[in-house]
Amino acid sequence: MSVMTYREALNLALREEMRRDPRVFLLGEEIGVYDGAYKVTQGLLKEFGERRVMDTPICESGFTGVAIGAAMLGLRPVVEMMTFNFAILALDQIVNSAAKMSYMSGGQFNVPIVVRGPGGPAHQLAAQHSQSMESYFYHVPGLKVVRPSTPEDAKGLLKSAIRDENPVIFIESETLYGIKGEVPDDADFTIPLGRAKIRREGTDVTVIAYMGMMYRALETAEALAQEGISCEIVDPRTLRPMDIETLIGSVRKTHRAVVVEAGAGFAGMGSEIVAFITENAFDDLDAPVERVTGANAPMPYAKNLEQAKTPSKEKIIAAIRRVCYA
Amino acid sequence: MAQAKAITVAPKVDAELARRLLSQMVLIRRFEEKAAEMYALGKIGGFLHLYIGEEAVAVGATAALRPDDYAISSYREHGHCLAKGSDPRRIMAELFGRRDGLSKGRGGSMHLFDKSKNFLGGHAIVGAHLPLAAGAAFAVKYQGGDQVVVCYFGDGAVPQGEFHESLNLAALWKLPVIYLCENNRYAMGTAIHRALAQTEIWRYAETYGIAGEAVDGMDVLAVREVVGRAVERGRRGQGPSLIEARTYRFRGHSMRDPSAAIYRTKEEVEREKQRDPIALFRGRCLKDGVLTEGEVKTIEKDINDLVDEAVAFADASPEPPLEWLTTDIFKE
Repeated sequence: MSVMTYREALNLALREEMRRDPRVFLLGEEIGVYDGAYKVTQGLLKEFGERRVMDTPICESGFTGVAIGAAMLGLRPVVEMMTFNFAILALDQIVNSAAKMSYMSGGQFNVPIVVRGPGGPAHQLAAQHSQSMESYFYHVPGLKVVRPSTPEDAKGLLKSAIRDENPVIFIESETLYGIKGEVPDDADFTIPLGRAKIRREGTDVTVIAYMGMMYRALETAEALAQEGISCEIVDPRTLRPMDIETLIGSVRKTHRAVVVEAGAGFAGMGSEIVAFITENAFDDLDAPVERVTGANAPMPYAKNLEQAKTPSKEKIIAAIRRVCYA
Repeated sequence: MAQAKAITVAPKVDAELARRLLSQMVLIRRFEEKAAEMYALGKIGGFLHLYIGEEAVAVGATAALRPDDYAISSYREHGHCLAKGSDPRRIMAELFGRRDGLSKGRGGSMHLFDKSKNFLGGHAIVGAHLPLAAGAAFAVKYQGGDQVVVCYFGDGAVPQGEFHESLNLAALWKLPVIYLCENNRYAMGTAIHRALAQTEIWRYAETYGIAGEAVDGMDVLAVREVVGRAVERGRRGQGPSLIEARTYRFRGHSMRDPSAAIYRTKEEVEREKQRDPIALFRGRCLKDGVLTEGEVKTIEKDINDLVDEAVAFADASPEPPLEWLTTDIFKE
């Protein structure tokens, strides 16, 4: 084990996979000479050269399409979106080309690409740079969607994403790049896609959260432990395919659930999680499932408004108290 | 770089080549006519975009390729797929939505794929396959191969951002891709002068510093020659080319545009039909004594049989099993 930042863990995952497989190459804006807008690709140009670390001009649709075409011929491109918000420019390529290629070609052509970069609320980046982008992708059959919360997950899940035969949407976070954690040194360490992780065991209520909201939920659990409420925190890690079994297993144990998500709530991740809890574990529930979501507003710039837009510890505590009738 | 508008002097053609080019063009024509009949009978659903009138482009271009070269196209791709050598029976079965279709009946007319022929598909979002073509060429170059990628698209794709993004990237990275625009002068019902500020499409090559040529898309030998030059450039590492093949669609945009006469005149269509690429080439082969009337008749009869066989095959092929609804979404 080594202690490293989330950013370093991503960098290591890329480095190891590029050493392991000559078909893996990177492309995106400012990933080479500039060393990455958020320095995730730092030093990779130096080690692997321009052939495998391709700086692109600003044309998200164009270079994502290039990656998809290259993947059809057997390469394994990793595309960086400088921020995931820019992936909307490539949405047609991701949704109409990458996600459907295997299906509409009768399984003849698969598209092993990873599209990665930071998304979600950050620090006063305002409306166009702060969206919780996963909701644009997890609806689409043919895509896998990952949101890794810790340095260990960042490394293990990115490596699995690169080795996957299918398009994987891998959304990091500006706010997590600097956090530190223990990461296995083994170059063969991977975490399979589609497995949730119980971050904290508890008995009274299941709190489902990922990324920054997972950390907020952990703080909340600490505070509520003082009052004698025991929270179990479940981090889905992969949103699609979702590890329903682990989530439902936890709900069956605690009989109560709260879903926390940073994005605007309408048709958000929480809606889907609540739906399948209701479908699969209705008789196990002792209270209606609650959602704590971001406000249904674009992200404002002003610091106080930005804070108000994102679920607070207080709102999470209130929701947990409601489902626990406490 | 050279940006010459090609004024092609017709090259000599031997009997074997003449037979091959004529057979392929007749096959596409007959296949499309039959597809229209099958659509009318309700055997084919959805959208059906016929290639009738444009056969010389696919056939001329493919004649300049090796079998291991790649081709990729839009939704008007039956002709490109047939020219690349795919089995007409399996294409017709795909149009019928049957189990033995190239794409297992899940793609349909607009999504023909044939990995065995390096045919990278029919893509139905206008302009979206142009970056894919650059990506395929990128992979060829990355792997040190000498194949080229031919990317067919219509004049309707030219105003899309992806046309410009692709030409820029392909030029910047010197990718072995040939962007072959089939300019049939109408993007659906929008005439080219209503869509493009620059209607001489080959001239966009100048902007990106690559080779650009215009060619008579009704002349199969001229297309073969111009594409052949682009193929050589691609193989030699000289990067992409943009070719504008001037052609005409004799039928409507799709089967839902049967008259094709709201946005163009009957006189115009009749005038263009005088330059039918098959009639032109057949006439020339007969005049030059390369083929005899008897040989031409034999070709036409053989092709008729082949297309009838394709229909029979498609008709006999079962519907896809219901389990196929959810297979191949992911590769394991």
